[in-house]
Amino acid sequence: PFHLILSLQERQKQHMARGLPKQKPIAGVKQVIVVASGKGGVGKSTTAVNLALGLTANDPSKTVGILDADVYGPSIPKLMSLKGNPELTDNNLMRPLMNFGIPCMSMGFLVEDVAPIVWRGLMVMSAIEKLLRQVDWGLLDYLVIDMPPGTGDVQLSITQNVPIAGAVIVSTPQDIALLDARRGAEMFRKVNVPVLGIVQNMSVFQCPKCNHQTHIFGADGARALADTLGVQVLGDIPLHLSIREMSDRGQPVVVSSPDSPEAEAYRKVATAVVQRLEELSG
Amino acid sequence: MADIPSDAPQHCPGTASEQAGKTSACQGCPNQNLCSSGATKAPDPAIEEIAEKMLTVKHKILVLSGKGGVGKSTFSAHLAHALASDATKEVALLDVDICGPSIPRIMGLEGEQVAGLSLCLSPRYVEDNLAVMSIGFLLSSPDDAVIWRGPKKNGMIKQFLRDVDWGELDYLIVDTPPGTSDEHLSIVQYLSSARIDGAVIITTPQEVSLQDVRKEIRFCQKVQLPIIGVVENMSGFVCPKCKVNLPPTTGGAERMCEEMNLTLLGRVPLDPRIGKSCDEGKSFLSEVPDSPAAAAYHSIVQSIQAYCLSHVTREESAG
Repeated sequence: PFHLILSLQERQKQHMARGLPKQKPIAGVKQVIVVASGKGGVGKSTTAVNLALGLTANDPSKTVGILDADVYGPSIPKLMSLKGNPELTDNNLMRPLMNFGIPCMSMGFLVEDVAPIVWRGLMVMSAIEKLLRQVDWGLLDYLVIDMPPGTGDVQLSITQNVPIAGAVIVSTPQDIALLDARRGAEMFRKVNVPVLGIVQNMSVFQCPKCNHQTHIFGADGARALADTLGVQVLGDIPLHLSIREMSDRGQPVVVSSPDSPEAEAYRKVATAVVQRLEELSG
Repeated sequence: MADIPSDAPQHCPGTASEQAGKTSACQGCPNQNLCSSGATKAPDPAIEEIAEKMLTVKHKILVLSGKGGVGKSTFSAHLAHALASDATKEVALLDVDICGPSIPRIMGLEGEQVAGLSLCLSPRYVEDNLAVMSIGFLLSSPDDAVIWRGPKKNGMIKQFLRDVDWGELDYLIVDTPPGTSDEHLSIVQYLSSARIDGAVIITTPQEVSLQDVRKEIRFCQKVQLPIIGVVENMSGFVCPKCKVNLPPTTGGAERMCEEMNLTLLGRVPLDPRIGKSCDEGKSFLSEVPDSPAAAAYHSIVQSIQAYCLSHVTREESAG
């Protein structure tokens, strides 16, 4: 009877798994890095953009692309100063829009700026599929995917469809954000995606007048989470007016102020990411 | 409404969807014949049941944003605290952020989980007159990840509205996740036969937030959800040492409100003590009552109350 029960469970499992997509690499892309969080508003998109630019700044021979998977609130067009509908190639693939040497694709290019995408999860799945597969990325060393907040349809669709080299988790120091970041990390563990490490964003604010440092969102919380998860802190990014100002202007700080400490912090994250990826594959 | 039966395969499109019984994932599902016959596409009876339940709830307020991390949960929690400070009012806070439920932590109710996955839908009480419900209470650990697709989330939200014994309430506040997706559609659809007073939209001053918030506002207009007003959160910072005031450097929410003909309910400055209170599960309004941020909150809450009350009077006089 035990034998029978086991095979019944197996059959049920197989039956349930029918209809599950098969993981297929994206043509031309060597490694996929996702920038995720779980929590909204911690700086995933800002980090994704500056990480991509940091990767090319550290090694100009590498080609890097950005995929904005946040269908509801696509921030990449604004952050990268990109606008317009993508052209189609002869084989009906969308040509990514390029700025600062980085090809980008986003839902933001396919819809009007103010139009909300009021879609249930299932429709989002097919949109994500298009953004993943129907883009002429060319040959990329890294594709950085900017994920939306949460642990739902989009995250599942991407991790089930595409092999991912590693995930960078972004969080602010406060407990509320770390709670969600931890759930995000847990999700990646469940779908067997390696977590490369944590970026502690908005770590500290320095008053431009008196230089006093205020930990607006708490101090060093991300380090504790990194220890619990057994991963490293890839970098500490301070709250600096210029990051936000430059982001709003679509001039990411890594290119607009390359000598600033903020740009340096992002380049350090890029170095750490490359190192972790090499450790994982070696 | 898309429902997933418990014996459905992984990619069930939902029994109420157009594709019910017809997709490749439906092959072999025991409900396939039932779904493809169209029997499941009748209007969801839950909508009427929920309208019935909501008759005892005087005012319903949604807290929305579009952008993540602007302070929806923080605001919802403090709105609930402020409204409940009047002991004669019954207030409830419903957290429909299924993936990232922050409300249990902010309200100091973390650790109120029941061992194992609980189906117990009694709200937890912070005060005698302040009830809270969140999926966070149903998880066996606060760190558990809820990795659900839309249809399953919708089912949960339906249960929250229909099966939780809210009782007589003056105010029901609903905290939402960022975006314009399943959770938002579901809340609006399930409450479509009950009257929602309106939505409070939270934003931060920066353009990247306002971009997403404009979408959310369009969403409200699309589904005919009245907008009570906009709150500009994290609006400026006062250095605790030298007291220099660093105001937001762009037109921010004020300009957006002018353009879209909305009310700016108020601005709440960045205060490190707000985040700290939330992390500790305490009300910022009680912890630091004389801060500029607390004053801002109180004025905003008053405006919201005034809106709700004037709305009722108008409806009553309309007949």
